[in-house]
Amino acid sequence: MFEGNLLTILLLIPTVGAGVVAIMPGNNQRLLRTGALLVSLAGFVWAALLFAWFDSSSGDMQFVENWTWIRAGGFNVAYHVGIDGISLLLVVLTTFLMPLAVLGSWSVAKNLKAYMVFMLLLETGMLGVFLALDLILFYVFWEVMLIPMYFLIGVWGGERRIYAAVKFFIYTMGGSLLMLAGIITLYFHNRAESFDLVSIADRLAAGQIRFSPSVEHLLFLAFFLAFAIKVPLFPFHTWLPDAHVEAPTAGSVILAGVLLKMGTYGILRFCLPLFPQASLSFAPYIAGLAIIGVIYGALVAMVQPDVKKLVAYSSVSHLGLVVLGIFAFNLPAIEGATYQMLSHGVSTGALFLLVGMIYDRRHTRAIADFGGLAHVMPVYSAFFMVMLLSSIGLPGLNGFVGEFLILQGTFLQSAPQAALAALTMILSAVYMLWMYQRVFLGQVTNESNKGLLDLDRREIALLIPLVLVAIWMGVYSNSFIRKMDASVQKVIERVDAARESQIFRVEQRGH
Amino acid sequence: MRLGSRKYSGSNNVDINYFSVLPEIVLSIVGMIIMFVAAVVPAPNQRSLGYLAILGILLATACAVLFYEPGSPTFFGMVYQDSFGLFCRLLFLFSSGSVALVSIDYLERDHLPHGEFFALLLFATVGMSLMALSSDLILTFLGLEILSIATYILAGFRRDDVKSGESALKYFLLGSLSTAFLLYGIAFIYGATGSLKYPAMAHAVEGADRFVALLLGLGLLVVGFGFKAALVPFHIWTPDVYEGAPIPVTAHLAVSSKAAAFLAFVRILHQVLPGLGDHWQTVLWVSAFLTMLIGNIVALSQTNIKRMLAYSSIAHAGYLLVGIVARNETGVEALLFYLGSYALMTLGAFAVVQLIGGAGERRVGLDDFRGVGQTHPFLAACLTIFLLSLAGIPATAGFMGKLFLFSAAIQAHLYWLVVIALLASAIGLYYYLRIIVLMYMREPNADGSVVQIPVPVGIAIVIMLVGTLGLGLYPGPFLQLASEAASF
Repeated sequence: MFEGNLLTILLLIPTVGAGVVAIMPGNNQRLLRTGALLVSLAGFVWAALLFAWFDSSSGDMQFVENWTWIRAGGFNVAYHVGIDGISLLLVVLTTFLMPLAVLGSWSVAKNLKAYMVFMLLLETGMLGVFLALDLILFYVFWEVMLIPMYFLIGVWGGERRIYAAVKFFIYTMGGSLLMLAGIITLYFHNRAESFDLVSIADRLAAGQIRFSPSVEHLLFLAFFLAFAIKVPLFPFHTWLPDAHVEAPTAGSVILAGVLLKMGTYGILRFCLPLFPQASLSFAPYIAGLAIIGVIYGALVAMVQPDVKKLVAYSSVSHLGLVVLGIFAFNLPAIEGATYQMLSHGVSTGALFLLVGMIYDRRHTRAIADFGGLAHVMPVYSAFFMVMLLSSIGLPGLNGFVGEFLILQGTFLQSAPQAALAALTMILSAVYMLWMYQRVFLGQVTNESNKGLLDLDRREIALLIPLVLVAIWMGVYSNSFIRKMDASVQKVIERVDAARESQIFRVEQRGH
Repeated sequence: MRLGSRKYSGSNNVDINYFSVLPEIVLSIVGMIIMFVAAVVPAPNQRSLGYLAILGILLATACAVLFYEPGSPTFFGMVYQDSFGLFCRLLFLFSSGSVALVSIDYLERDHLPHGEFFALLLFATVGMSLMALSSDLILTFLGLEILSIATYILAGFRRDDVKSGESALKYFLLGSLSTAFLLYGIAFIYGATGSLKYPAMAHAVEGADRFVALLLGLGLLVVGFGFKAALVPFHIWTPDVYEGAPIPVTAHLAVSSKAAAFLAFVRILHQVLPGLGDHWQTVLWVSAFLTMLIGNIVALSQTNIKRMLAYSSIAHAGYLLVGIVARNETGVEALLFYLGSYALMTLGAFAVVQLIGGAGERRVGLDDFRGVGQTHPFLAACLTIFLLSLAGIPATAGFMGKLFLFSAAIQAHLYWLVVIALLASAIGLYYYLRIIVLMYMREPNADGSVVQIPVPVGIAIVIMLVGTLGLGLYPGPFLQLASEAASF
């Protein structure tokens, strides 16, 4: 009956859920928590069904819905949603992390109702970003999603929460304003017919729309800046440690698990297909920044005195690798990058949850305050070890597959780049294991750590899915990679076509 | 463009169509009735005067819609009957009606006389409508004067308050000066074109030989209208006047009066002076640039919310100006859309500020907004949405308005202006967020008393809220109206 509205239903689940939670009695914490959890689980079930129904042999958009939204006075904006293999995986990741983030927010007491409403609205915004195929619709979701996140950090965050929230908001919004100018410019290049991403990309590929090289470069930069800040690519990363550290646990999980991926997703969905020439010509510089980010993030993570900050900086390093993979423009690298987005969401999300658990007990995250936790909390230490190894990229767990594919693909493109990026394997092992040693191993030195309770059933229940997925993604990666083959291939074809026409033009000039 | 004005000049047929100005007639009569009734009605029943004024506005709205009949200018070619005029009229009636709605309890709370207030408000509305409908510079000037004189008095309505007196005096002195500029400009343009009627003037401008006089006239018009619309560098009066005036009057100044100046100016630029387009485009480009940047930057350092909103309204005048500088139909359409959105979010914000401000407007410092999210959850949520809309966040009217304005500018290849506008919006974000931070992320003040929301103000706030979100989520129908009105 609703075959034509599968994705709208996906968007409506958290939105309507937020409405339902909003009218629940505010003092019944149990009801609010259960309600929000059920809504987010419903979202996950729906996304899992979409995953099953998705036809992986096609690289086209599926479950497409296209309705006129604004058509007046020379504007034509559509409610156009659809998913391909790339966005499908990110949608699944989002809906998978959401119930876990809700479950990880049990310690939130202040104004719980508003908290849960914002969490669910945030989910709507994030899903909308991955589903939108109209540029204006995309921009609307992209910005709207900032508001719940801003409140989550600013109201429920740590000590410097206000600073972090305002910095997060202004940084990301400021970065994306130029994208708005880029979107409008693109619209007029499309003869003011539509903001439709699919049709603009097809027309560009067919040569019906042409940019002069300088226009293409500027448009590329207008889009890329917004995405680079979100990723965050070095040197646009300074908002990240503040936001991640000050956000409440669930906020950090969502920030690292999903929000950062919007940046890399945006590059893959917009920059490459729309501006392939500019992507090619900027690739060396962007790869350079990505490699700096990989190494710099790892080095800074190494010297952090705070576990949460360490995990935050490790994101800068991991996401740098993803960007590097995207700009290698070949199948293994881009598939690896997409895989790494998922994998980073799982492992870093889990690490933030784990850090949140110890913070709830001790109200500190300083590495120096701990030591020998393995004696006091053996279950916790075991979970921490597994997720830490998955983040490092131990073969057999999720992190390895993505990193390996990225490095393989980058090597095909440029061996020195791959060699430098491979340092991440070593560096991440250094900072993570060193931290593990100082926090968990040795004798219990601090008296106040002696009486710590190990994980309770809720905490174990929310970590088990993450561990299972980490193993699944490490052992049988095909179940995810095959879904995106055709879609990634399509992106690569766009870039290859642009590369050939460039070579062709150079040759013509040569003759 | 209608060029048939000569038809009227020599004609003996008296071309008077009362229906074309029926709404203004209704407003004037209701205004006078209010003045008479105010003298008779005992003090406790003064509230009813406000409802009478709203009734008058509703009646005028009904007249404006029912007797709308597009055609050539009537009243000896002085009054346009076009969709642009209808749009403006409805906008003014809406904003005046909303101001009336929020004023009733404000006046009662602060023991201010009702009769004069509502009568002056209605007269000001008449002036605004005439400005936007006029096809004759003399009528434009008369409309402006009717509006201004009513507003000078309204600004000083809190007679016991020194600031209110200062506000009225400053506005009166500088306002008179600016009207003098305007009149002087009208004289120059008359000298150059030999007519005061828009169609005839447009015709004369096309092949103008007295070019210098025209340019001087244009420059003086920019000063005159720029003052009323609070464009930089003619904005110096704004913060003091806005701060001192009673809050409903501040809302009227920031929304209606500014809109009237913009709309009358747009009509003159597009219908009379398109031939000087290159000249006014350059001048207004510079003014838009300065207005957006200075408005937003100075707003950053304000500690009084009325002053902050005053600077924010200057910044918004800059965005509106972008629609004029674009010099295309999309620009006018976007300008009209943005004026509608701006009216909704600004009136809404002032309505909330007025309630939180309390009796005697004692709590209008930014610090008074600490913890309002806890003490007044509904008001805080509404103000948050209005502020997000002013900041141009998607899903609100403010975003759609900016989208359309910037599109018009990009269509006209004004890329730098758009980049500056975007930069200015990013700056603006900071001070709007600051209030949200205070309301939700700080603890309430110890003395924080809880204010009740009177029914009329509550209705007004809900209307603004629905409008702000409605235009943000489904702007199509309103944009269609704006688009029809923009075709002159």
